[in-house]
Parts: sequence; C-alpha cells; structure tokens
Amino acid sequence: MNLFKNINFNKLKDGLTKTRDKLVTKINETITGKAKLDEEILEEVEEILITSDIGYDTATRIIENSRVKLKAEKDRSKLNVTDVIKNELISIVESYNTNSEFNRLDQYKPYVILVVGVNGAGKTTTIGKLAHNYKQAGLSVIIGSADTFRAAANEQLEVWSKRAGVEIVQRSIGADPSAVAFDTVSIAKKKNIDIVMIDTAGRLHTKQNLMEELKKIKKSISKVIDYAPNETFLVIDGNTGQNALIQAEKFSDVTDITGLIVTKLDGTAKGGVVFQICSQQKVPIKYIGVGEGIDDLQTFDAKSFVDALFDVNEVA
Amino acid sequence: MFEDLTNKLETALKKISGQGKITENNISDSLREIRRVLLDADVNYKVAKKFIDDVAAKAVGTEVLNSITPGQQITKIIFDELTSLMGGSYTEIKINGSGITIILVVGLQGSGKTTFSGKLARSLKSKNRKVLLTACDVYRPAAIEQLKQLGGQISVPVFTADHKDAVKIAKDSILYAKENGLDTVIIDTAGRLHVDEEMMNEVAAIKENLQPTETLFVVDSMTGQDAVNSAKAFHERIDYDGIVLTKLDGDTRGGCALSIRAVVDEPIKFVSLGEKLDSLEVFHPDRMASRILGKGDIISLVEKAQEQYDPDDAEELEKRLRENKFDFEDFLKQIKMIKKMGSLKSILGMIPGLGSQIKNADIDDGQLVKVEAIIQSMTKQERKSPKILNGNRRKRIARGSGTSIQDVNRLIKQFQDMQKVMKMLNAGGGRKNPFMNFKNFKVN
Repeated sequence: MNLFKNINFNKLKDGLTKTRDKLVTKINETITGKAKLDEEILEEVEEILITSDIGYDTATRIIENSRVKLKAEKDRSKLNVTDVIKNELISIVESYNTNSEFNRLDQYKPYVILVVGVNGAGKTTTIGKLAHNYKQAGLSVIIGSADTFRAAANEQLEVWSKRAGVEIVQRSIGADPSAVAFDTVSIAKKKNIDIVMIDTAGRLHTKQNLMEELKKIKKSISKVIDYAPNETFLVIDGNTGQNALIQAEKFSDVTDITGLIVTKLDGTAKGGVVFQICSQQKVPIKYIGVGEGIDDLQTFDAKSFVDALFDVNEVA
Repeated sequence: MFEDLTNKLETALKKISGQGKITENNISDSLREIRRVLLDADVNYKVAKKFIDDVAAKAVGTEVLNSITPGQQITKIIFDELTSLMGGSYTEIKINGSGITIILVVGLQGSGKTTFSGKLARSLKSKNRKVLLTACDVYRPAAIEQLKQLGGQISVPVFTADHKDAVKIAKDSILYAKENGLDTVIIDTAGRLHVDEEMMNEVAAIKENLQPTETLFVVDSMTGQDAVNSAKAFHERIDYDGIVLTKLDGDTRGGCALSIRAVVDEPIKFVSLGEKLDSLEVFHPDRMASRILGKGDIISLVEKAQEQYDPDDAEELEKRLRENKFDFEDFLKQIKMIKKMGSLKSILGMIPGLGSQIKNADIDDGQLVKVEAIIQSMTKQERKSPKILNGNRRKRIARGSGTSIQDVNRLIKQFQDMQKVMKMLNAGGGRKNPFMNFKNFKVN
C-alpha cells in the first residue's frame, strides 16, 4: 500500500529538468538530422549516458541493446532511438516491485524505520519530510534522534519535529545511540504509535566501529519489539558517483537494507545513479528528493520517473 | 571492486609484453581499460577522454624498457600525468600580514562546509591566529547551533545573529572581529545548488561586500560526473581561490579531484579525513593519483592502524619486548587490535599489488578466533609465564577453548619461536617492535 499519494508529475518533471536536459534533449539533438545511426552517434549517446552517472556498465549495456534492436528496425528516426533507450531504462527500473511502499503496515504497530547513510547525504532532512508526509496521511509518528555524535544534530531534528508536529525522543550529545533507539521504540509501543523513525549519525561505510554500532542499534530495537525494525532505509546523495553502489553494498552487508532514498536529485544533471543502483542492487528505491520543500520528497515510481525524464514538453 | 579493475588493466597491458615499442595498435586495448578505470573512479567523461588522448600521444613510440613491463611503463606515464595535473601550483592559504584575514567557505549541501570551517579554525588557532567563526547558514535548521557547538569544542568564538540577512551577518562579524582584537574570520555559508540563482546571488553578494582574503570551495570527494558543472558554475560566480576535498576517509576513488582540476585552474588546498576536528591535511597529488587508479591504498591501511593505535599501549609493549617480557597477554591485545581494523581479507586488500592476488584466496578469520579462544582459556598466570604450561594444563585449555590439543601445542610452539626471534633481535640491539613503525610511517 502507498501511504501518501504524493507523486506530483509536474513537480517531478520540474525537479528533473536538468537530468532531462542532459539525457533526453541532448540525445535528441545528437540524433536529429543524422541520416543513419552510426558508431559516432552511439558514442555520443554513450557519453550522454555516462555523464549522467549511469555508470560504465549500464551505459554500455544500453548501447549494446539499442544497437541490436535498431539493427532490425528500418525506421531509425530520432523518435525511434529515444524510444529504444527509454524502454531500456524502464526495463531496468521496472524489474522492481516499487508499487508497494510498505510491507503490511496494517499488521505491525509500531512500524519501525531505521534511517542510515554516510555524512551529509540528507538523513535528518529526509526524516523531517517523511514525518510530515506520514502525519499528513493520518498516521501517528515519533522520531528518535540517535545521532548523538554530530554537533547540533539534536537541534536540527527538533526543528523538523516541530514543523511536522510529531513527537521526538532525544538525549544529550555523546549518549549511547542504542539507548535512544531503545527508548523511542519503547515509548511508541506504550503510546500505541503507528510509525517510529530512528535517525542515526552519518557514517562512512569504511568505518568498522561505526558499522558495528549500527548492528548494536538494530539489536536494541529488536529487544523492545522482536520483529523490528521493519525497514532500514539507506539515504544516498544524488550527487554521488560510483561510490553510491559501494555504499549500498556495504551498508547491506551490515544492516540488511530494505529500501533506498535518493536525495538532491533536483538541480543537478543527475538521476543516472538511480538506474545504476536499480540495475546492480537488489534493493528497491522508495523515495526520491526533487526539491528543498517539505513536499518535495516523492514516492519513487519507476514509470513516472522515466516518463518525467522523457517528457520534453514544457513543464506546465 | 578495484581488484577487478586492476586485473583487467593488467590483462590488457600484458598484450604489449614482449613487443619492443608501444604503438597505437598495441596500446589501444590498454587505453580502453584505463578509460574505464577513470570513468569508474568518477572522472568526468570528457576529462577522461582528453586525458587518454594525451597519454597515448606521450606513450606511442616509446621504447619498452627491458627492466620493466610495458604495463608498468604506461602506468608510470599515467601516474605522472595524473600527479602533475592535480598538483602543480600548491599554495598555502593566504594570510594577511596586517589587518583581518577573511576566509569564505562555500559549496553544495552536505559537502561538509561547517565541519571543515571548524577544522580550519582549529588549525589556524594552533598557529596563533585569533580566529572568529561566522555562522551565515540561516537556512538549514540548527546549522548555526552546529557551528556554535564546534566553536565551543575548540574554544573559538562564533558570531551569530537572529535575523536572516546573511550579507549583514558577514559584514557585522568583521566589525565584531575588529572591535575584539581578532585577526582571522572564517565565514561558513549555507549549502546551495549552483543552479539556484537566488542563492548564488546571495553568496556573490557576501563575497562582493567582504572582499575575502581567500575563498574556498568545499566538495564531497564522492561526487560523480556533475562535479565539473558545480565547480565551474561556482568558479564563474564566486571565483574561489582553492578547493577542499572532504570525506576522503571513505573508499571513494575521488576522480572528481581530477575533473575539477581539469576545468578550474585552482589548487586543491586541503583534504578532510574524518569527523574529528584535527583530521585536516594538505593535499598530496601523488596519493590521489594512486587512489584514482585503484592501486591499493596503503595510506588508508596506515590510517586504519593508527585509528586503533594507542601510543601509551605501544610504548609499554615496546618496553616489554625489549625486556623479553612479551607474553600471551600482550599477544591477545595485538590480536584484538588487528580484529578492530576489519577482516584480514579487507586489510590485505589495501596493500598495493596484493589486491588482485588475494581476491580468490580463502583467508580464514577463524584462525584468529581460535587463537583468541585458546589464550582466553588460559589462566592469568599461564598467560604471564607460558613456561608452566604442562600437559595437563594444555589438555584443559584445549577443552576450554573447544580446540584440539594439537592446536594448543602449535600455538605455544609458535609463541616460543617468536620469543626466540625477539631475544635475538634484542641481543642485536635493533628496533624491536614492528608496531612502532606505524607511528612514524609516512608515504611522501
């Protein structure tokens, strides 16, 4: 089930303008006016794909598949080439079941979400926005500030909890993050709250000790409720290059990631990273951030995403 | 991931083996692999292309020297080329001899500006500068609070205001510095996208009004292909004097460093490694080149070791070694330290050249666990004086640790051998503790 219908197609399109300009408009320009599709054109298309962070392997595969498909086609007009590439991209993202936002939310109360990621990916902001959205969808929400390391992380989350109008659990800086997680889930259980979100300190996946700490946080959550956490979301900065894949891989090794949230996709010539993660990781993308506003965190829908990307008509 | 790439490069380069000269023909496969290595390291597509063309021009026609393989030769050309592209005109940050030095810090959201500002403040303070931090991020919740707390940690005053006019805050902070006898002001600004006109105007206005001594652009080293665009856009609007690469303590290959240097002719002045305020370093182009090429990362290995390394412990250990007092208790401590650094495989993988060889090797961390269990099953007395370990004691230890008596015997034998070697070393008067070397380890 989807908690909130927040896919605003125009907003999505608007946020993806830069990516679309890069990916689609440029491909069209490249192909227009060319009598036949030769190697040179394919190389240019490859460049466009790679510079949108789609990755070497994914780009090469798309080019290879396009080459095979177009060979059989007589009509190699621009529309046709775009279609082939678009279908390739859709098939990459659609191999996921992205229709369901949450797994059996109705059966678990509280439904516990742990949010992890590297420094500066946008975890706290994302939690603030999600809390707002869940609240709007009529659910009761509590957030736990288990980032007891970074200066003012508490205060930042507190501002968001006020904006969203949800309860927050905090401890002083330097406190044990597992204890905060434990408290938050305990309170949620006692007060019969629908959704718990636990914010964690940013950590690079190469820091062994910090990754161990994540395991501990997880364990302390399951001490309160044995099925929890229901979800562990990894937040990835949309500006990240190939390291995004390694992050997804390494965090999965430690914490069993159930979903990805890709932030800051607006304003950059990005979005390519979305396809790459889809094609190489088995974890679905749950949300994408396409703007700074509280409503700009959207449920990820593969088809809408590609459609918005390829819809070159002016944004209404 | 990069063992794989290094392998591929090695395979591609093997084709040139045995040929006398590097020609366009025999180099083309290698160049394709190198291009791939660069793209996988997030070097911008165009930058990678131009770089490869330059390398090819340099390499073609070169005689293959007998002493090294063609692969090594090309790798050397690439490495030197990368190093010189990213290095060159290193300049320290400018400091005004008299009057106030103003340092403006700009960049995208989440790149690490605030943490960097704190680090820079700490570093300049230790050079006897009287530093003021100015909080101009009036947008992100608690950004000002974050800077305040960082300032508190390093005892550096932080200038804040409760209105939203960033330009005015910046200007007021300079007056404040003057009035309070401070000579250095570091201005932390809000993160902004280079396509956000309004926000770019704001930071341009701050720069215009302040005429800073130095403007630094902070960039996350994990940034992908778009790094060139933001670096260029910021440079066109703000005309910064230097670049700061953050989060290099991760495993990103950091190709954006090359991309940015290729489009903006400004030096990379600092690299930031970690969240602690003392982890700021000057930029080493050769380290970065080796990182981009995925040639293993001895630096990270050393840093990992250092992270777990306690100087007091090490000194104590050295003393014990010197006096031939090294016992199972010390041994256990060492094992625990190694385990904290990660799995053996991941540690070995960081050693240059070893990466590809251990990819398929079956390295068993279980051995360490076994050794640990055996030592833990010994009594305190046994650990301190292994000599008393007779047959009965060994039997008990094997049972207690869930190992066999052979395992226990083997460990004790190894330990005795080790003691012998140490005795010999001590008699020879050489440096004894291999771990001591980490303390002074530097790779140019």
